[in-house]
Amino acid sequence: MKVVVCTKQTPSTTATFTVNNGVVSWDDPGGKPNVVNPWDEYAIEEAIRLKENHGAEAAIALTAGGESADDVLKTALAMGCTEAIRVEDAGFAGSGSRGTANILAAAIKKTGADIAFFGKQAIDGDTGLTPVMAARALGWTPLTYVSAIKSVSDDSITVERQIETGTQTVTAPLPVVISVVKEINEPRYPSFMGIRKASRATIPVWSAADLDIEGAYGPGSAKVDWSEITQPPSRDTVVEFISGDSAEEIAAALATKLFEEKVI
Amino acid sequence: MDFNLTSEQEDFRYFVHDFVAKELKPHAREIDAKAEFFWPAVQKMGPIGLLGLNVPEAYGGAAVDTISASIAIEEIAWGCGSTALAISAHNGLGLTPIVKFGTEAQKQRWLPQLATGRGKLSSLGQTEPGAGSDLKGGVRLWARKEGDEWVLNGTKMWLTNASIADLMIILARTDSTSMSHILVPTDTPGVHIGPNEKKMGLKGSPTNAVTFDDARLPLENLLGVEGRGLQQTLEVLDAGRISIGALAVGLAQAAYEEALQYAQEREAFGGPIAQFQAIQWMLADAATEIQAARMMVYWAAWMKDQGQPFTKAAAMAKLFATEVSERVCRNAIQIHGGYGYSSEFEVERMYRDTRLMTIGEGTSEIQRMIIARHILGR
Ligand SMILES: Cc1cc2nc3c(=O)[nH]c(=O)nc-3n(C[C@H](O)[C@H](O)[C@H](O)COP(=O)(O)OP(=O)(O)OC[C@H]3O[C@@H](n4cnc5c(N)ncnc54)[C@H](O)[C@@H]3O)c2cc1C
Ligand SMILES: Cc1cc2nc3c(=O)[nH]c(=O)nc-3n(C[C@H](O)[C@H](O)[C@H](O)COP(=O)(O)OP(=O)(O)OC[C@H]3O[C@@H](n4cnc5c(N)ncnc54)[C@H](O)[C@@H]3O)c2cc1C
Repeated sequence: MKVVVCTKQTPSTTATFTVNNGVVSWDDPGGKPNVVNPWDEYAIEEAIRLKENHGAEAAIALTAGGESADDVLKTALAMGCTEAIRVEDAGFAGSGSRGTANILAAAIKKTGADIAFFGKQAIDGDTGLTPVMAARALGWTPLTYVSAIKSVSDDSITVERQIETGTQTVTAPLPVVISVVKEINEPRYPSFMGIRKASRATIPVWSAADLDIEGAYGPGSAKVDWSEITQPPSRDTVVEFISGDSAEEIAAALATKLFEEKVI
Repeated sequence: MDFNLTSEQEDFRYFVHDFVAKELKPHAREIDAKAEFFWPAVQKMGPIGLLGLNVPEAYGGAAVDTISASIAIEEIAWGCGSTALAISAHNGLGLTPIVKFGTEAQKQRWLPQLATGRGKLSSLGQTEPGAGSDLKGGVRLWARKEGDEWVLNGTKMWLTNASIADLMIILARTDSTSMSHILVPTDTPGVHIGPNEKKMGLKGSPTNAVTFDDARLPLENLLGVEGRGLQQTLEVLDAGRISIGALAVGLAQAAYEEALQYAQEREAFGGPIAQFQAIQWMLADAATEIQAARMMVYWAAWMKDQGQPFTKAAAMAKLFATEVSERVCRNAIQIHGGYGYSSEFEVERMYRDTRLMTIGEGTSEIQRMIIARHILGR
């Protein structure tokens, strides 16, 4: 069993955005403007656990992105991934979800992995399409919204999926693509020992020439056109303190307010 | 000359800050109010390496450089002074002597469990009811050799971590003119750990008196060289002072951030109080002095890592950083006005917490004495 985990670099959750002439920029003073997509932390943790507890021979972190995306791979290494690979090529620019999935699928195939972890969705693009599209490109079984791995062997895996109507238990033969939800684990913090190892690692970059990409990618391949990007209007917030003589009275007043505002 | 941290040190800071912001800082007020040590965050520190900062990797530690260790303590203190003192004492006072002076067997026995969080913490006992600044003249606790055992009798005071430790290192008189360090597991018969002291601040960091009533330890529990306990103590304290300096910087940074935010939100006379020059000056002084203090702490840490004599640098850094911290925390309360005096606001706790820093691990007076000795060549 060999595990790969796809992770995307996204703006941090505390970043502030500006849109200028359709160009988005962001900053996070005092923090890092770009981070590991928060959902992917759970995918990374689960990949490492398969290595630590279920004898996976490797837990490889994979990202498609520019040089700055090495940062997310270093975080994955610092958490405990055994290797990291970045795919980048001038010809990848303009790829939509399907192009990105085709590129990732080719890279996943090249690693020789038979389980590919993804986050549920990326907090910037927010489509959740990449995992299923990559599964389609690979011809592997997609297991989405996985909240627990019940058992795993060299040829099959049983997982719990969180779906709107409840929890579903599914067994599938390997290879599989898995997208995870945050109920699956509690991601660890990177260790000093891991950070040291990561900061000394050199991360290989695979280009289009290194990959056998099937299907469309790159300029003109995207099915979705981001025709206009605008700044959402800022919201006017009003703070109101609810007072009362007892906790019950305050709670009742609060509940009434929430109903009136159609919050609940 | 280069004022930048290495990218590794930057990463350490980023990840410790993130950890502290999520796991510790939100609980700091409750830790203080309940006066309880906060194990949930500390247990998570083991795998990160925060419990074995200067322990070699072979024993499960993180073996980071002294600047990185200072950054770690500064960041923990930014989140919670109590927890920072416990972790600083554990690393700097409890584990460092074992790393520096321990035999291979002692390291194997204690470091893997203490550096990883599999066990509890560690503690160093030097101070006694009649011996603080003056250990040489004041220590009355004896360890006498009887057969193949040390027999300890006496009382230690103010042991940070004693009630949450597996191991204490005790400075004991082993003859009338000299002292030695003895490793004392906290469950040794004859060892009585007193209740947690009631303190002005740092309430979530247990401090205990410990009495020894015919406590018997094997002779191999001698740590380092017999008769060199005081010299060993002074070596350990030199490094520990850098850590207390870092802790003071972290508390000052936290208080300054609170004050900076409050000054821009609180309105008086038709605008935010940050528009008044009197407030601006306090903020400007705080930003300046914190920067200077942090630089002095890093400088002392750097000297140590370079293998240069750093006693004077450590004393200067500790003296300056702890006094800056007290001033910054005091002014943070001033900027908050009446609310600053309320335990509903963070700065009141920070002021109480930082008050110890000019006392523990050598008072400001003792630091000035050390510095004066160096510059006067005595
Ligand atoms: C500036 C900008 C411009 C864009 N312009 C277009 C456009 O014109 N047309 C268009 O169709 N799309 C465009 N995109 C979207 C881009 O193609 C998507 O970000 C990408 O397809 C992934 O989709 P998603 O962000 O919705 O990720 P999701 O599908 O929500 O991500 C799910 C999971 O897939 C994995 N994943 C996603 N992306 C990567 C990656 N790069 N490397 C490794 N793993 C990954 C992660 O595990 C993630 O948790 C643009 C994006 C940006 C930032
Ligand atoms: C919260 C807390 C945690 C502590 N943790 C530990 C611990 O883990 N281990 C441990 O061993 N100890 C610990 N201590 C003890 C601490 O190190 C001592 O309190 C400190 O060294 C001062 O000693 P003292 O209290 O006996 O004061 P004293 O030595 O009695 O000093 C009293 C005053 O006299 C001044 N003074 C003394 N000598 C001189 C001089 N030569 N010149 C000028 N002024 C002088 C001092 O500066 C001070 O102002 C802790 C104390 C506290 C409050």
